[in-house]
Amino acid sequence: MPQYFPPNSNAFAKWSIYGGMVFFIVLITVLAIFARVSNNKVGVAIEQPVAFAHNLHAGQLGISCAYCHASVETSAVAGVPPTETCMACHSQIRVGTEQLAAVQKSWDTNIPIEWNKVTDLADFVYFNHAIHVNKGVGCAECHGRVDQMEVVFKAEPLTMGWCLECHRAPEKFLRPREEVFNMAYEKPANQLELGQNLVEEYHINLDKLISCSVCHR
Amino acid sequence: MTVKPRDARKVIETDRVIAPGQSYGSVDDAVNSPVLLPLGRTKLWWFIGFGIAFSLLMLYLYTVIYLIVTGIGIFGNNIPVAWAFPIINFVWWIGIGHAGTLISAILLLFRQDWRTSINRFAEAMTLFAVAVAGLYPILHLGRPWVFYWLFPYPNTMGLWPQFRSPLDWDVWAISTYASVSMFFWFIGLIPDLATLRDRSENRFAKLMYGMMALGWRGSAKHWQRYQRAYLLLAALATPLVLSVHSTIAMDFAVAQLPGWNNTVSPPFFVAGAVFAGFAMVLLLAIPLRKVFGLEGLITKKHLDNASKVMLATGLIVLYGYVIEIFTAWYSGVEFERFMAFNRMFGNYGWSFWALIFFNSVAIQPLWSKRVRNSPIALFIIAISVSIGMWLERFVIIVVSLTRDFLPSSWGDYSGTLWDWSLYIGSFGLFLTLFFLFIRFLPSIAVAEIKELVHHTNHSESHEAPPTEVS
Repeated sequence: MPQYFPPNSNAFAKWSIYGGMVFFIVLITVLAIFARVSNNKVGVAIEQPVAFAHNLHAGQLGISCAYCHASVETSAVAGVPPTETCMACHSQIRVGTEQLAAVQKSWDTNIPIEWNKVTDLADFVYFNHAIHVNKGVGCAECHGRVDQMEVVFKAEPLTMGWCLECHRAPEKFLRPREEVFNMAYEKPANQLELGQNLVEEYHINLDKLISCSVCHR
Repeated sequence: MTVKPRDARKVIETDRVIAPGQSYGSVDDAVNSPVLLPLGRTKLWWFIGFGIAFSLLMLYLYTVIYLIVTGIGIFGNNIPVAWAFPIINFVWWIGIGHAGTLISAILLLFRQDWRTSINRFAEAMTLFAVAVAGLYPILHLGRPWVFYWLFPYPNTMGLWPQFRSPLDWDVWAISTYASVSMFFWFIGLIPDLATLRDRSENRFAKLMYGMMALGWRGSAKHWQRYQRAYLLLAALATPLVLSVHSTIAMDFAVAQLPGWNNTVSPPFFVAGAVFAGFAMVLLLAIPLRKVFGLEGLITKKHLDNASKVMLATGLIVLYGYVIEIFTAWYSGVEFERFMAFNRMFGNYGWSFWALIFFNSVAIQPLWSKRVRNSPIALFIIAISVSIGMWLERFVIIVVSLTRDFLPSSWGDYSGTLWDWSLYIGSFGLFLTLFFLFIRFLPSIAVAEIKELVHHTNHSESHEAPPTEVS
């Protein structure tokens, strides 16, 4: 009977077994690395219809976040300011400049500016700004140092694993309520102690914090 | 080796495990020759059967695509009946698989020689049934494309699956079951694949069978390792017969719903699975032995034994029905009592009585040897059992869910057209795979049968048996 397979097919068979194992190990490693380094488009600057510089307004001028994002303390959404908010100052300052043309147009035509969303969570996630702000989660904790960004980009991956880092151990991240809008706030050396006190003071229920329905309703 | 002309074959019906006068050559002729026929000379019945199966498969694929595009709302599932057809069909199909594992593993360990003729296609049946079954829970997810979330892999969500949930045990039970069944089937196939490699005349077929035969030469060392691997896998598969369906039973049993929360569920489900599985074995064996002319290998002895297993497990299942009603009364819990009453006389009462008829009344003729020896009667009873076991899951799942503790949350359920098309279409997937299997692989374990032929000839007469060396 003639041979249908060359002698080296034995080696091929053997290596395909090792290959299977190697493939499995590589797959798990790649997934693990991906889970660790996946940055979910962190640091990608998002173009906006108006060249609004957060570093100028929130940084140099020191305007509080809540001046423009006015509903952040009371509502689920922080709110994108209407053109009227811009015009509160810009009806007097730098009127008629090229950077403000789009704002002026919106003011004249009464059509809102269409800002592009930077921090866009999946639709099946329920996120409430008010509860976070009122329990001592600083803006910068999730949004980064917006006061230093000329064009705003996503500062944190906002993956579920990232959310859970805090939901599983909020004491590592909490700050006093009055420091929430402080962009330059630095965690004290006794953060854990302070955080635990804040968890108690703000009545944060740690069991509920990791229940599915807190975020997925 | 000459292939005997078809008309020379005469139907040998026998009560023995293999018909008298079998030789290595005759077994090869009966089982391997149809497999090795060139494609163009495939029998007409195969094309007709495959055509029907393939059309049903297309129906299945159409439904699946429509489901993925449109969403889970095409099914009748809704609160309170969130588990309906997909889970009924899932449990039904996975139950069917159990007979294959029982035959191949437990009967092997108990050295039942009658398993040899039916284990190959029963294992194939297991494999295909598990494949069909495994798809149901995935399709039943709202977002089937993220089914891999069920596995514990390093992910950006920072989550493991809920290991305390029986739904996750399901994933492990089924994937273990599928992989062990596949290995078992494949290892059993290796010597036969080598025979096909050596006997086929088509170069492509030789390459294909040769690749799958993994270089089998039939040396004593090969056989010794093969036997060891086969026994080891049988030992691994044996607990699976009991554990897989017990796990599925726990999907229900750990819930608090009256009608689900029963300690009897795991053994009851296992018996029901073997019951339904042997019905399916008969449904496949009876036409198979006819079209391939395998009456000498799948004998009346096999049909007789399979129907005895069916009768025994059927009686266990009947015991389950009775004891469920008894415990409902004996517990004194009003919800349990209402559940039992509602099951029998509620607005789905018909399904309970139909189930009793198809599953328990219809199997009683099996006490008679004449019925057990009649393929047609067995075929009808097997169909009845298949319907009955489907109704059993309908009663457990749908009827329990429609009437739970609170009358305010009661509701009714009926399957939509898509529910039915996915169910009917799933036969297409199963049968397409099965038709491909019987066309391209030996549906009887030839090597094992040859061993049996050798033993039979040896023990029956010490004269030289009529063997031809193949």
